[in-house]
Amino acid sequence: MLEVVGLTKRYASGDEALRGVSLAVEADEVVFVIGPSGAGKSTLIRCINRLVEPDAGSVKLDGLEVVGLGPRELTLARRQMGMIFQEFNLVERLTVMENVLTGRLGYVPLWQAWRRRFPPEDVAMAFATLRRVGLEGMENKRADALSGGQRQRVGIARALVQRPKILLVDEPTSSLDPKTAEAVMALITELCAEARIPALVNIHDVPLARRFAQRIVGLTAGRVVFEGGPAALDGAALERIYGGAVAELDEARAP
Amino acid sequence: MMHHAAAWRPPSALPYRWMGAALWLGLGAFLAWNALNVEVDAARIQRGLARAGTVFARAVPPDFSRWPLLLEGIVESLQMATLSTALGTVLGIPVAVMAARNVAPLPVYLAGRGIVSLGRTFHEIIVAIILVKAVGFGPLAGMLTLTVSSLGFFSKLLAEQIEQIDRGQVEAVRATGAGRGAVMLWGVLPQVLPRVVGLTVYQWDIHLRQSTIIGIVGAGGIGTTLYNSFSRYDYDFTLAILIVIVAIVGAGEWASAWARRRIQ
Repeated sequence: MLEVVGLTKRYASGDEALRGVSLAVEADEVVFVIGPSGAGKSTLIRCINRLVEPDAGSVKLDGLEVVGLGPRELTLARRQMGMIFQEFNLVERLTVMENVLTGRLGYVPLWQAWRRRFPPEDVAMAFATLRRVGLEGMENKRADALSGGQRQRVGIARALVQRPKILLVDEPTSSLDPKTAEAVMALITELCAEARIPALVNIHDVPLARRFAQRIVGLTAGRVVFEGGPAALDGAALERIYGGAVAELDEARAP
Repeated sequence: MMHHAAAWRPPSALPYRWMGAALWLGLGAFLAWNALNVEVDAARIQRGLARAGTVFARAVPPDFSRWPLLLEGIVESLQMATLSTALGTVLGIPVAVMAARNVAPLPVYLAGRGIVSLGRTFHEIIVAIILVKAVGFGPLAGMLTLTVSSLGFFSKLLAEQIEQIDRGQVEAVRATGAGRGAVMLWGVLPQVLPRVVGLTVYQWDIHLRQSTIIGIVGAGGIGTTLYNSFSRYDYDFTLAILIVIVAIVGAGEWASAWARRRIQ
């Protein structure tokens, strides 16, 4: 479904965030990317939907080459990739419903977006999705009135109503307490299975990755240094991924 | 011997300490020279005060008998202020978007900043004089003057607000595949909307005040009425106009404060 080959990104500051990353996500597969802070996890996801422009490499979504697309084609490609953010990134002053319907903006003409009117089937889909993520009856609350866990559920709903071919998930639980984090991670993987959407999930919480991943990719200093199932992620593999970061390593080894 | 640390003094902005003293001395001399040049003269002040007394005596009690003229001027000022606020907001929003570095490409940004600077370069009075020459005496010139000053004021402050918005929220809307216009409407606008409303009301309040002065150069409104009463030595009518201006500006300020409190 998603095929990334030789993705490279060097920021204007000189930081080499990605040094030729290649990976693939098959249909119905949830792949977790782990690695220390600054390994390039966020850049990787942002280069896939080109919120960050990659310097070189190829990103193929369901056979369509995303790198090099013009502005119009790029919005059509982005529409097929739902993104979930670490800081939720809801539009704070809008209601829950408006935030969810934001996921349909790629499907409606500009004048409809201006009038804030969406087709009835879009609204129905938004209501159904809100119910599924456990926010029934919250549609008229303002986003800034919600708790962290609720906000991330809105973020998930926004990505889902895009009817995406893949979910790109960037550290979805880092801003949440451990219990909420687990519930949110469980919800994401359940929804992926239900709707048969594959996902690429960045996470630095190794135990969570072990629990929910079908496959894990280890990223260090912009390079893939590990790839395999949760069972293959042993001490040696963690050493390779986290290198000298002893504290992080100890935390990661804890059950 | 004293401990070294006890002798510490804050570092100076100037390379040598004597420069500070020289600077103060120079500034003092300059102020004294200015005072000499404007001829602060006790005798003149005395004569002036006496004249002011006569003017004031003739102004009391205020004369409201020509209220239709007064009302006409006030209504004209209100119309000028309201129309120029509406026009200034409609034109100012796109200019503000152009002048915000985080949403506009560089050439557009430079054009936007150019318009903003142009609107801020000249005082309203100068703009009014030019526009009175261009479109003739009356409220049209005044309305256009206030619109120009809007473009400078409103666009600059709104552009600064746009530059401070949370990028994450905009990024999320972009990531859904929304086009440029939809990103503006759904990612940027909601973040600055309270500011747009607040600035619009504030602008109206400012325009109301400015409209009382630009009338003096012939740009219509209550200022013109005021100026005419002055040149005819109708000081009692002048006082009546001033009282009404104070009342209307006060009411405008109150209304604007109330409206801004409501939309936090």
